[in-house]
Order: sequence, then structure tokens, then C-alpha cells
Amino acid sequence: MIGASSIRKEGRAKVLGTACYTADKVVPDALHGVTVRSQVPRGTLTGIVYGPGIPWEEMVIVTAADIPGTNRVASVVDDQPFLVGIGEEITHAEQPVLLLAHPDRNLVEKARRAVRLEVAERPAVLDLQSALDLTQVIYGRDNLLKEIHISKGDPGPVWAQAASVIEATYRTGAQEHMYLEPNAMVASVTRDGEALQVTVWGSLQCPYYVHSALGQLFGQPGENVRVVAMEMGGGFGGKEDYPSLNAGHAALLAYKSGRPVKLVYDREEDLACTTKRHPSRTRIRCGFDAQGLLLALEVDFVLDGGAYATLSPVVLSRGAIHSAGVYRCPHVRIHARAVATNTPPPGAFRGFGAPQSLFALERHMDVCAGKLGLDPVELRRRNFLVLGDTTATGQVIREEPDLGGIMDRALAEIGYSGKRRAFAETNRSEDPVKRGVGFSVFLHGCGFTGSGETHMASVAGVEGLEDGTVSVLAAATEMGQGKNTVFAQIVAGALELPEEMVGVAEADTRFVPNSGPTVASRSTMVVGRILEDAAAGFRLALIQQGFLATPYTASDFSAAVRAARARLGSIKCYGQYRPDPDVVWDDRTYQGDAYPGFSWACYAAEVAVDTVTYEVEVVDFVAVQEVGRVVNPVMAAGQIEGGVAQGIGWGLWEEVVTRQGRMVNNQMTNYIIPTAVDLPPIRTFFLELGGPGGPGGAKGLGELPMDGPAPALINALQGALGDLRLDEIPMTPDRLLNRCEEATHA
Amino acid sequence: MPESIQLTLTVNGRERTVLAHPLARLLDVIREQLELAGTKEGCGEGECGACAVLLDGRVVNSCLVPASQAQGADLVTVEGLARPGALSPVQAAFLEHNAAQCGFCTPGMLVSATDLLNRCPNPRDGEVRAGLAGNLCRCTGYVKIVDAVLSAAAAVEAGQ
Repeated sequence: MIGASSIRKEGRAKVLGTACYTADKVVPDALHGVTVRSQVPRGTLTGIVYGPGIPWEEMVIVTAADIPGTNRVASVVDDQPFLVGIGEEITHAEQPVLLLAHPDRNLVEKARRAVRLEVAERPAVLDLQSALDLTQVIYGRDNLLKEIHISKGDPGPVWAQAASVIEATYRTGAQEHMYLEPNAMVASVTRDGEALQVTVWGSLQCPYYVHSALGQLFGQPGENVRVVAMEMGGGFGGKEDYPSLNAGHAALLAYKSGRPVKLVYDREEDLACTTKRHPSRTRIRCGFDAQGLLLALEVDFVLDGGAYATLSPVVLSRGAIHSAGVYRCPHVRIHARAVATNTPPPGAFRGFGAPQSLFALERHMDVCAGKLGLDPVELRRRNFLVLGDTTATGQVIREEPDLGGIMDRALAEIGYSGKRRAFAETNRSEDPVKRGVGFSVFLHGCGFTGSGETHMASVAGVEGLEDGTVSVLAAATEMGQGKNTVFAQIVAGALELPEEMVGVAEADTRFVPNSGPTVASRSTMVVGRILEDAAAGFRLALIQQGFLATPYTASDFSAAVRAARARLGSIKCYGQYRPDPDVVWDDRTYQGDAYPGFSWACYAAEVAVDTVTYEVEVVDFVAVQEVGRVVNPVMAAGQIEGGVAQGIGWGLWEEVVTRQGRMVNNQMTNYIIPTAVDLPPIRTFFLELGGPGGPGGAKGLGELPMDGPAPALINALQGALGDLRLDEIPMTPDRLLNRCEEATHA
Repeated sequence: MPESIQLTLTVNGRERTVLAHPLARLLDVIREQLELAGTKEGCGEGECGACAVLLDGRVVNSCLVPASQAQGADLVTVEGLARPGALSPVQAAFLEHNAAQCGFCTPGMLVSATDLLNRCPNPRDGEVRAGLAGNLCRCTGYVKIVDAVLSAAAAVEAGQ
């Protein structure tokens, strides 16, 4: 039932160690695949040399020339090749050029190292600023993967009238998803005359993305392609777009060899080659009147999109829309650009552009409060969006977000006022440990941006099984977030059945409809809503056709399902996404309802900084949010806690170090994610004020917790250390030391 | 170097003999020759703890142990934690508290937690965190994992 903390459906298999992840799949006669990569960031591939000491005649070798269909990964823009061919352009240093497979895993690895690529190198563009400066033109005419303008009112005349105009620039670094399970695929390709049957089992979030990518790669109709999502060891967006590429690689090797192929990345390859969170630079200008009311806001938001468009256009869109945050402002200009560089393309990552722009804004609000001589609490309170206000895209806020109430709860939980006073005192002492509290207030749009859901027109369903139970049919994948359990709760609720009578079918494109990708905090709110409809239809059909009478017991229902199956064979009922006529969006002008709803939150952090080592300890963390009705409170809290941990890592420790466009700290040893001793108990509170939305009033929550931690922590650091140029994350000890020295010398 | 070596060891209470590559890692022998896929590879360099097993009663990262060192040893993997017909207290607590999300760190986490409670039956929050510091989790923020281990300790104490 909605609201119960039901036990995870696949939890028992997970604690017994029997859950089957892709690399665990037993595949008799499988070959092991590897990928030969470009190693240089830019140039033309002129030759491939197969070095000595390898029995090349035993190796399965796939080059671009072997591709039967189109050598382009199906995505927002089809610009990325699966493999670079001779005479074609290399655009980043981890670009796949050649695939090898052999039964002996050690030998195929040795062979990978024996391949030498001949490349006519050219100067590369390796960072966002060089791309903007057009030091080299590497993409289109202007190095722009996507550009967006959002406009409301006219800030132009306001700057001269404003009592204060405050401007600053903020930067955020790349971030690795670090799902515990590295990317893995198993593929098999069989032939029936001209037709191929392409099957891939993998660690992937979006079976139908991979399905369409494989169809295009092999030039085969959809019915000849099958994609199965195995148990997945975490995703966080890292297995949203990337799997189209490595699934294609595994399938190409299977196609060439006629044998099944396992393509499992080790951690170093996974870190070096797969997607990351987009690095960003945000310039913000705010104009305030004498009372601290926000009169005008100008944002220049730039993402480093890497060598291909991948999902950058949509990441940029979400980042741009969120850049105005939770504040009322009559005059707004947002200019957003994703630029191309010769680096491995970043992609989807929990938050999808919003964490970057919200970091900048929520940090800037504290900077502005300092300059205006106001408490950050008071400055925000004066400017919060309320019922009836419009956002930067002109979306009317139709539910009272009660941001003041959310903020007050978080501040009360962390003891904000008392600690601020106490720390102001203690920080003056000789003690090298300085303490601070800080917070952020933010929103996250639920579901796809703009008309995404309408275009997607997702379908999901329920099926009655032979044993009288019910199965949920959806392409949504389980990556730990709890979709199996939550879907079963929603359907059991709609059918008035005990949860154990509802199972969830494997996300296998042969058996489940396209309910859309497992992204954008949409599964519960959007797919859950479709499932409610499907379940209602299923129940009604059983009643109308005389199999079931109300009221009924669980065993009555089972008997009805068995009887219906006996008479009709298969019994299924589908539902489809129904666009809300009140939600209107114009992709051309970027005006209208950017999201069907928003989740709202205030996160507060207490930090202690050792001014000898510049290490930052997170002493306490409070996460207060309004995500509508919480379907499964324990799992929802788990999502928030995990997201906060990831946000703390991004804000303080996680740094992708690159040289010549390649990640050089591509190991768990030197890319630091939080351990159990690095984190405080994260305290999570749900206010459940929300109105409409998904099933029972549920809204999205998976990505929300990524948005708030970084600005809250950096604002807390300002509280501990005073005015420093704290405008960049991760705020590692090195960076913090530099900023303190800079302030001392100024 | 010989083509393969013969290894005899006790695996989850049963004596097993397998042939393995002389330089194989214990992790590979567990997953391939012993066909116990519950033990996971997350990093291959002893950082993440997903491959943790008990070797002669001590937690080791099986990706760092040459299989030849397990000759004659007593090996316990995640598959060996449950009692016949019942989850172990730590497994039951992980299930109850939603301490397994994606589940990939779970086998190693359960092994480390089992070892921790063997050594320290009544740990405090900080001791649990220190005891699991060699096991990385990216899903939970560790809150539910710590809750589960504390609750398992209480359950054992109460004789459940």
C-alpha cells in the first residue's frame, strides 16, 4: 500500500548473494571482449598496426568497416560513432577504435596492448574556456552543442535603478557516478537468412534506448532486437546514455564471431571512458532594491559537453531552468551554452544540470546576503516564490510551496541560530578548528523537462498470471532505488490486494512495453500513475466480464484471474501517459510549464574545519523536503541519504584530475568517494504537504538530494572561515588552503 | 610455470577441490571455479570491499589474495552466511532496514559486518562506521547500513 515501508522485493536475493548481475551471468562458450581506444585527444586515424607476439588469427577483430548498419549511436543528436574508421576523425582520447574478443581473458588483454594506432594529431580543445574562445573550431561553426535563452521581463533598465548589483562567477567540477558495479554487457547475435536476432543482457537504465541504438547499428527492425536489464549495481545516470555504446560493442563482437560475448569493464576503464557530471561555469548578476528584494537576475551558464552532444542539450535545459532557483524575480535573462571539447563526453548524472546551476545560485544568495548586510535566512525569506508567482519560464506556481516553513524546519533541526551565535564566539579562540553552519533552499522539477512526457507517450501495464497473481509490466529498471517495491505497492493498492500477490516482470523488451527511460525522478510519479490506470482498467475488465464481483477477497481475485486466463488465454491491461491539459510548454520560446510539478527542499550542514590540515568534517546534516506523498518512507529516506552522500562528495572531495583530456586518477584509490567514517548520520525529514502529482500525490525525489548539499556545505565553510572566495567545488583541502592564503595576502 | 594448480579448501563448510591458473586471484577462483557469484568485483585493487570474504576467520579482499594462498584454508563467502532455512541476523537486519539498495556492495558489507560483530558484539555507531570503512557503498549514505548492523547486534544480544 502507498505509505507503507514495504520490504524490498528483490532484497532477499541481494542479501543471500544470489541476485544475478550482468557479469554473474553464466554464458557457456562466451568470448571476452575488450576495446582499443584512441589515446590521443584529436586527429585523423591513418592506420592500425597489429603488433608482434599475438596469435591474431585467433582473435575476433571488429573495426568500423564491419558495422552492418549505421555507425552512429542513436541519441538526441546522432553524432557519435560506435568506432572510428581509418581516415575518420578522433575527437577524444578514449574513443573506441577497435574491438577484440577471445576465449582467453588474459590473452585478449595482452592483444589490446599490442595494437598501435597511427594518428595524424591535431591541436585539441581541452577545456570550456578554450572552447568558448574558439582556439580551435572542433564542432559546428562555433563549438556549441546547444544554446538556450530564457527571458522574462527586461533586466536591461533595472541595473541602473537597483540599490545593489552583485555579480560573481562559480565553477563546479566533473563527478564520477561510481556505481559499485562497473559497466557490463553480454551479447548474442544469431542469423536467420538476412535477418539477425540481436540480444543484449546488460547493466543499463533504459532498455528501449539501447533497443533503438542496436536497431540502428545493425539496420534491423525492432522485433529483431531484444534488450534485457539484469540486476544493476547502481546507475545514477551513468547507465542512462552510455550503455547504448558498450551494448553496441558487445553485439558487434558477437555478430562478427557468431559466439556470445561478455564485455565487462574493469574499474580503471570505467572511470576513464564513461560519462561524468558536466563541469560548469556560471556567472550570476543580481540586482536588489533597498529592502533586499530581487529585481533582476542574469545568468550565463556554460557546461563542458565533451566531444559529442550525447545528452548535453537536455542536461543544459534542466540546468538553465533551475538556475533561477526558488526566488520571485520580475526580470530574468538566462543564457545557457553547452560547448564541445576534445574530452570523453559527460552524460546524465543524478540532478542532470540542476546541481551545477543551483550550486551557483545558492552560493550567490549567501554572498549577496553578506554584501547587503542581511542574514541569509532573511534575504531568502523576502524573495521566496509563493502560490501564484511565476518562474523564469512563466510557469505559474499552482501549489503553495511554503518555502519559509521548509527552511524554518531545517534551521530548527540543525540549531542554526544558536550555533551561529556560539560559533561566532568560539571561532575567535586559538583553537585551530573553526565551525560553521550553512544551508541551501532549492527545487527540483519532477519528470522530463517541457513536453518530454507528451512526446514519450509511455505505456505500462499489468498482467494476470497462471497462478492467480499479478505482474507489473514496465521497462523501468531496478538500480537500487526501489522501483520493484514501489510499483508493487502502487498496483497492490489500486487492486486492493496484498503486496505479495503483485510481482514485477523483468525489464525485457520482448515482454514489457516502453514505459520510458528510468531517469528524471519520473518512475514513481509518471510510470506509477500509468500503472494505477492500468490496474484500475484490469480490475474493471475482470468485473465487467463477470469474472469478479465486488467486494472481493484476495482469493476471489486470484480465482477470477485464473478463470479469465482459462477462458481468454493471456490477460493484460495497459495504461498510457495522459498529458495534463493545464501543463503547456513551448520548446521554441522556452516559455510555459517546464515541469508538471516541483519538489522543494532546504538542506542544512554543520562543518568543522581544521585550519592546520584544511580538512573539513561534516558534523551534522539535515535534509528537509516536500516531495508530496511518500510511497515507501524507508526507501525514500534511503534515496535522500544516498543522494546527500553523493552531494557531499561532489562538494568536498571528488575531483576528476585530467591530463591531455584523459582522467588520470581513474582508480578508487585516488578518486575519493565518502566512506562510512567520512559522513555524519544524515537526518531526513519529509513534510508531505504536496497536492496532485503521481500516485496518491507522490512527486519525484531521486535527484532532489543531489542539488542541496554542495551549496549548504560551502555556505557553512563561509560561516566557519569568514569571507573567502568560496566559488568552486570540490572544495578540497588544497583548494581551501589556497583560498585562505589568497585572503590573507589580499 | 604449470598450466594449473590444484586447490583444496573448505568453502562455506564443505571441502572443495578445484583446478586454477597458478596466478589466479582468489576472487576469480571463487566466482569461476567455485561458481559462487555472490562475491563481487568493484575495483580490483582492494579499495571497495565488494569482494570481501572470510579466510580462516579474517576479512580479506579476495581480489588482492593469490588463490594459491587459500590452499587448505577455511573460506566463507556471502553464500555461507545464512543458516539452513534462515537468514543470518546481519542479513535479516539488512533486509529489514533497506540496507541493501543496488546490492552490489552488500555481499562484502555483510561479510565485514559479520566479522565486526564476531569481534565486537555490542558496537557503538562510531565502531560500526570504523568497522565498515573498508567497504564502499554509493547508494545508502551508510545510514541504513549502520542502523542494520546495530539492530543485528541487539537481536543477537536478545538471543534472536
